[in-house]
Amino acid sequence: MRDLREDTELAAIIARHIGREGPLLPILHDVQKALGHVSETAKRQIALALNLSRAEVHGVVSFYHDFRAAPEPLPVIKLCRAEACQARGSEALAPKVEAMAQGKAKIETVYCLGLCSVGPNAMAKGEVHARLDEAAARALIAEVSA
Amino acid sequence: MKIYISDDALAIACGADRVANAFAKAAPDAEIVRVSSWGMHWLEPLVEIDSGNGRTGHGPVKVGDVPSILNQYRHSRESGNPSLPNHDANDGGDMGSRFRGNDGIWVGDVSQHPFIASQTRLTFARAGKTRPTSLDDYKATGGWTGLNNARAMEPLAVIEQVTQSGLRGRGGAGFPAGIKWRTVANAAATQKYIVCNADEGDSGTFADRMLMEGDPYCLIEGMAIAGYAVGADKGYIYVRSEYPHAIAKLNEAIDRCRALIAPFDVEVREGAGAYVCGEETSLLNSLEGKRGEVRAKPPLPALEGLFGKPTVVNNVLTLAAIPFIMAQGAKAYAGYGMGRSRGTMPIQIAGNVKHGGLYETAFGVTLGELVNDIGGGTESGRPIRAVQVGGPLGAYFPPALFDTPFDYEAFAAKEGLIGHGGVVVFDETVDMLAQARFAMEFCAVESCGKCTPCRLGSTRGVETLDRLRAGGRKGSDRVEALPQIHNAKGGARDAAAELDLIADLCETMKYGSLCALGGFTPYPVMSAITHFPEDFGVETREEVAE
Repeated sequence: MRDLREDTELAAIIARHIGREGPLLPILHDVQKALGHVSETAKRQIALALNLSRAEVHGVVSFYHDFRAAPEPLPVIKLCRAEACQARGSEALAPKVEAMAQGKAKIETVYCLGLCSVGPNAMAKGEVHARLDEAAARALIAEVSA
Repeated sequence: MKIYISDDALAIACGADRVANAFAKAAPDAEIVRVSSWGMHWLEPLVEIDSGNGRTGHGPVKVGDVPSILNQYRHSRESGNPSLPNHDANDGGDMGSRFRGNDGIWVGDVSQHPFIASQTRLTFARAGKTRPTSLDDYKATGGWTGLNNARAMEPLAVIEQVTQSGLRGRGGAGFPAGIKWRTVANAAATQKYIVCNADEGDSGTFADRMLMEGDPYCLIEGMAIAGYAVGADKGYIYVRSEYPHAIAKLNEAIDRCRALIAPFDVEVREGAGAYVCGEETSLLNSLEGKRGEVRAKPPLPALEGLFGKPTVVNNVLTLAAIPFIMAQGAKAYAGYGMGRSRGTMPIQIAGNVKHGGLYETAFGVTLGELVNDIGGGTESGRPIRAVQVGGPLGAYFPPALFDTPFDYEAFAAKEGLIGHGGVVVFDETVDMLAQARFAMEFCAVESCGKCTPCRLGSTRGVETLDRLRAGGRKGSDRVEALPQIHNAKGGARDAAAELDLIADLCETMKYGSLCALGGFTPYPVMSAITHFPEDFGVETREEVAE
């Protein structure tokens, strides 16, 4: 059965961007934001609107780390694991954070949030958090899963 | 009383918003001014208070410090002491510990702090001083002078100025900006574009982010000048999605200055979490709405770039240097630097370092000065073992090479690169085999998949380093043991033999990859092996005969 809300939302997003140069990424970003993932239905509808094949749209969606094929039920915490955070202890912290987050939040890896002098860093719900240690990570998990 | 607190993402991540709210509550009469960040990251959240005697800094400030800080100002007002507040500047110790009050957070006049006073801030002249999206502040600090000067000249004269300044691309490749602009200007086309590469994915770099968040008009002005010079009326800023604060600031700034930059028009586009999109042709594909795969060059983007049209693709710092050059003249900029590296470089000191932050200085400062004298050594207090310069694709340098001056050619001569100017410090606990493996793993995760050396080589590199960790291969693998296979060496391999394989693989990746992702991954890997062979189970590493 088709999800009517999804259809209306998709049509509105496509209409908002279709007149722009290179509209596909802005459309996908808005779909990801509004619906939490880019579904098969969305890919087909976008492909139709932009005169692309479904495969072309799928190729773009699957190329970029930001777009999800299925919605993530848990709040997401992106923990930086790049070199500057490694130098500040992110590798020792990461397994502990994952253990603490069990069932409360999804811990994902991100490579660099641009806060490289005050790591380990994380991003959740569009907010950035620096100087993480175990206590700060526990508080962050509690905050996002509240 | 005015209270200045940065609204830079790093300050916010350290708690600046909470501190600002606490000050607003505790001192309702005071005006809270959210400014850009000075770039002294170990002091964030840095709070500057002006009660009529100039700005005095305190940092890092926690919410709990707010009452005692405010008390200092109340007390000195009651006692009629105009020199606020009472602290003895401790003159011993290094750069960061000096100018530290008895309470451990008093900093004094931030502009006189040695970390700031010893810099040459041309691109970051406004850092810490102005409200990022305030047009008044921008104009009052010399904003738009460069654009006005440019518009009073012939476009070709503007390009001549940029060429004379010696400005080279700050994204990493160091290509002369003036030559790129001239190529685009000379191309015949109905539509041309200015694309700003703000996909700052290198770990250890944050200068683009700070510039976009702290001085967005400077970047926009630089793009407008570029547009005038080459005949482009449309610009795109491609910002990585990990920088939501920068995107918000840029959008607000563009809305406010649209009339000032017209007929030029700028638009922000958000990346989608692909490191490789920092490569210019991959970025152009992404802007067009395609997979961020690298394009073969030629054709150069300057001739066939965005949507096949002539396009200037420049890094944030390149474009942000332009307003100074057009306002003060090419000679003023070229007067700084060494050799063929002219002007200043906003260097980013990061990782395990005591005084991390943004340090803009003329080319020529040595790596040792940066990490020891300015950075103050490691934050952990252990000795420095390695410094990675230039992001995930840059080489690891041991302390023995700390006399290397910051200069494109000097770093190339030591088998390294300055890249986007990121310096990441590691202490003695670092495992260089793990770092080399990470470089290969990162390349495997982020490879766009277009060319074989990068797509496959990175994964084979991870496997080989894992085998090396386990002491080398014990015998022939399944495929080598097949009767059909005649040309594989087979047999066991010790650490030295596995390293020969890695060196061979790195050579293939270096010369066979389409772009810098596969092409430069050998830098961190080979530098780790060359300078820290003991971590790879060998005493020294001799170059394999060609």
